[in-house]
Amino acid sequence: MFEQLVFYAFAAGLLFAATMVITVRNPVHAVLFLVVAFFASAGLWMLLEAEFLAIALVLVYVGAVMVLFLFVVMMLDINVAALREGFSTYVPAAGIVAFLMLAAIGLVVGHQHFGLGAVPQPPAAAADYQNTAQIGRVLYTQYVLPFEVAAVLLLVAIISAIALTLRTTRQTKAPRPERQVQASRADRVRLVKMVAVKPEPDRIENP
Amino acid sequence: MTELLHQQLALYMPEMAATIAIMLLKIVVILLPLMGCVAYLTLLERKVIGYMQVRLGPNRVTFFGIPFLGGFGQPIADAFKLLMKEIIIPDGANKFLFLLAPIVALAPALAAWAVVPFGSEMVLTNINAGLLYILALTSLGVYGIIIAGWASNSKYAFLGAMRSAAQIVSYEIAMGFALVGVLVAAGSLNLGDIVQAQRGNLLTWFWIPLFPLFLIYFISGVAETNRAPFDVSEGESEIVAGFHVEYAGMGFALFFLAEYANMILISGLTSVMFFGGWMSPLPESMTHVPVIGTLLGDGIHWFVFKIFLFLFLFLWFRATFPRYRYDQIMRLGWKVFLPITIVWIVVVATLVVLKVPPWFATPTLAGAGA
Repeated sequence: MFEQLVFYAFAAGLLFAATMVITVRNPVHAVLFLVVAFFASAGLWMLLEAEFLAIALVLVYVGAVMVLFLFVVMMLDINVAALREGFSTYVPAAGIVAFLMLAAIGLVVGHQHFGLGAVPQPPAAAADYQNTAQIGRVLYTQYVLPFEVAAVLLLVAIISAIALTLRTTRQTKAPRPERQVQASRADRVRLVKMVAVKPEPDRIENP
Repeated sequence: MTELLHQQLALYMPEMAATIAIMLLKIVVILLPLMGCVAYLTLLERKVIGYMQVRLGPNRVTFFGIPFLGGFGQPIADAFKLLMKEIIIPDGANKFLFLLAPIVALAPALAAWAVVPFGSEMVLTNINAGLLYILALTSLGVYGIIIAGWASNSKYAFLGAMRSAAQIVSYEIAMGFALVGVLVAAGSLNLGDIVQAQRGNLLTWFWIPLFPLFLIYFISGVAETNRAPFDVSEGESEIVAGFHVEYAGMGFALFFLAEYANMILISGLTSVMFFGGWMSPLPESMTHVPVIGTLLGDGIHWFVFKIFLFLFLFLWFRATFPRYRYDQIMRLGWKVFLPITIVWIVVVATLVVLKVPPWFATPTLAGAGA
């Protein structure tokens, strides 16, 4: 009873936030609604006792990816009005595409795969059950090859992203700390002894 | 003790209501002293920095007129002043987000305390993924800052928010990797188990085998809380006050509550993960000393003492270091801390596999479970 209440609360929150992501006008609001959607789905995973996945979702998507999203979206100068121009002319074509997509998704993951009859009640885990250890064990034994391939793919993506955006040192005026710390006093300052050019002023008495 | 209270409460209300009431009571018992500590940390900071700069710090507002407590009423006077001030919402600001931002900043700083163990049995929720929970919540604090900077519709605030976002995301990685080292060493994500894995004395705590990770964690913690010398998001000499420049009254105060609560949290986590949490640095035999024996043994007082030590470091940094240049902050995070943590995780893993005494001689919890 209580679990169902929690489930429906999170599910309603998720659907509402997901709808707002694509309907709200302000892109920053859209990103923030996406954050809410991630939180709601993390809550749903938590209900399934998948605490590692739930917290990892918040940690990776909300804590890092969406921060960068927000970072970029805030810097963009989007003219919302221009984006919305010609909405009515695109509606028929877009409607057909949307219907086809919906039909395709419905055929692949339709109602026959869901519902209480199709999915058995997951057994409640013991109190000392460790979701994290469980996932780690499977990931590093049974699925070690796909896991490593995914890691290499990500590494390739990182390196290519850096290679695409890297500016050579010639183009930037970024200071080089390794050279800065090598500077010594002798390079910059020279003390010379010389005779005073002007005569020393008379000593001013304290009034 | 809580069981007894639960039984008593269950006589007057349904079972579930009693559980919730006890939970709320525990939260209040954690948060009220925390808020008190935050208030008096501001006084401590002003006093400590004052003495370091050869001046007295606040010494006018006394506490109930007791003469030698000059300055002790200052945090309360400050709180009242901030409560009385008008909340000004700037023209062109996004009103809802502007008001939401301080709450978003404060909430994770308080929620993270749910899994911090104060003693072997003193913890609000003893969850297995405690370390992950802490990482997830500390990474949420940045939202308050970014939303505040954007919603204020002010250039200075926005600049501060951008600086802060980039800085926090960068240091989170080094921080996360430092914690990976801790979980390899302890073999558990549960904060209570991490403390238990350090059982022994001063020398069996994780700060010796994980020394580079300890330094990196603490420095990243200073950067994550936007404290000097990493306080470029406020940068009062460059961008006025950064992300909270448009805030007045209680909204402004909430940002400071969040910053100080985060400082206490980082200090607490450093002591849990590297300095044995509630454990006493003295050997077990010292508990048999008459009269003060219990004080010398394990207990919450050691935890508080360690938190206090790290908080003092925070204040010391602020009084002595000049602000880092922004590009050097980034360089330190990405090019210095990240490689060191990755290398040291390999070192720690080797130490654990070789079962190097005195830290890793006993099998870890994960190994026992397999």
